[in-house]
Amino acid sequence: MFPFCFEWVWDAGHLLFFGGMWYTIIILGLGMTYCIFKSITQLW
Amino acid sequence: MDSALIPKEAKRCSFPVFAVGIAVAGVIVLWGVYAMGLCWLKGLNQTNMNDYYGFALWIWADLAVIAIGGGAFFTGLLKYVFGIDELKNIINLAVVIGFVCYSSALLILAIDIGQPLRGWFIFWHANVHSMLTEVAFCLSLYFSVLIIEFIPLILENRKLDKIPFFHHLSHNMHGVMAVFAATGAFLSCFHQGSLGGVAGVLYGRPFAFREGLLVWPWTFFLFTWSAAAYGPCFTLTVLKIVEKITKKKLVKDNVVYTLAKISGWMITTYLIAKIIDTVYWALVTAPSLGFNFMSFYSNNKFYGLWILFAEIVLGGIIPAAILIKKDWRENSKLLILAIVLGTLGVCINRWVMVLQVMAPPVMTFDTWALYYPSWQEVATTVLPVAYGVILISLAYRYLPVFPQEKELNAE
Repeated sequence: MFPFCFEWVWDAGHLLFFGGMWYTIIILGLGMTYCIFKSITQLW
Repeated sequence: MDSALIPKEAKRCSFPVFAVGIAVAGVIVLWGVYAMGLCWLKGLNQTNMNDYYGFALWIWADLAVIAIGGGAFFTGLLKYVFGIDELKNIINLAVVIGFVCYSSALLILAIDIGQPLRGWFIFWHANVHSMLTEVAFCLSLYFSVLIIEFIPLILENRKLDKIPFFHHLSHNMHGVMAVFAATGAFLSCFHQGSLGGVAGVLYGRPFAFREGLLVWPWTFFLFTWSAAAYGPCFTLTVLKIVEKITKKKLVKDNVVYTLAKISGWMITTYLIAKIIDTVYWALVTAPSLGFNFMSFYSNNKFYGLWILFAEIVLGGIIPAAILIKKDWRENSKLLILAIVLGTLGVCINRWVMVLQVMAPPVMTFDTWALYYPSWQEVATTVLPVAYGVILISLAYRYLPVFPQEKELNAE
């Protein structure tokens, strides 16, 4: 769920749950992106 | 036939023998898939779940595989965050087992929710006051972490490693694995804990209800601690089974002893907390809710004090004592006894916290409600075991799961 969805409420529950979820997804996404880009640059 | 895919200088059985083994496990998988299809097509009336048992065999299996799969996050934490480097020789196996366990847990949940096509609702219409939402979030994200941890091992396959991009990617992922491992440990702490929290907040079920800290009942912390403590026991049990089947030594003793010792001390500390929790619940919590201790262990055909004894003594004190005493854990037979008892102990704990919770009468007009699973529930619970056998077999055959195998089996 995103903050622009109609069910979103700016309360501690939503901030903690979805903040934690998106924070983790960003860490995993950035980590994998770094590995993939570094691997591509190492090919040349 | 498939020798080009097998790790260099590693000896494996012939392909026909391997194929027969996979086929046998495959038959069991097909049986489970058939039962799963029945549950999806005809509905949850295929199970013996009822108004008493909204949680049944599947949820026990779910909690059990998640607990014994805890070896993945805990070994990763020890290796990448606490820097116990010798565990690099067993971390691949821990990751494969973790992958099997968590994918099995998600599969079981996909059957249990009845309509898997609506599985994404929990992310979009999340109830942010529910322990189960926390479980769903952390479980899904941790499975993503396990996939990321599994990828480098797959890319190290002899054929794939010859592709330059995959070779670099595998190497680079190893370089940042500490970040993924730390994220995985964080996620694991919360979903293991929340699974315990689900039982602990059931104030209508005095067998499970516990006081706690802020919003977390004590079972939250006990579940996390027990998964970290007993998970390595299952990792070592699988290692011993693979060594027995392949008739090879795959990991050096010092690595096994290190993990066994850590597991032993973790079980010991967990048991101290668990016994205090049980005594406080028996003497204070349950009486305050109008129940006495023995009312949960008498007047029925199945649940007696034996199950408490099996969980705490057989599956706790005995393995802990063996694993923390150097002479005993270095005796191969006692070590195997300890890790098998440890694995059974945590599975009994999860059974107690899922199924025994539902059984005792809580109203004056109630009687004990015992539950027997239908064959469809049994088949879908056996399914992950057969799937695990297949995946671990494939991983062992085609991937360099054990870095010390070559050295330990040099002719």
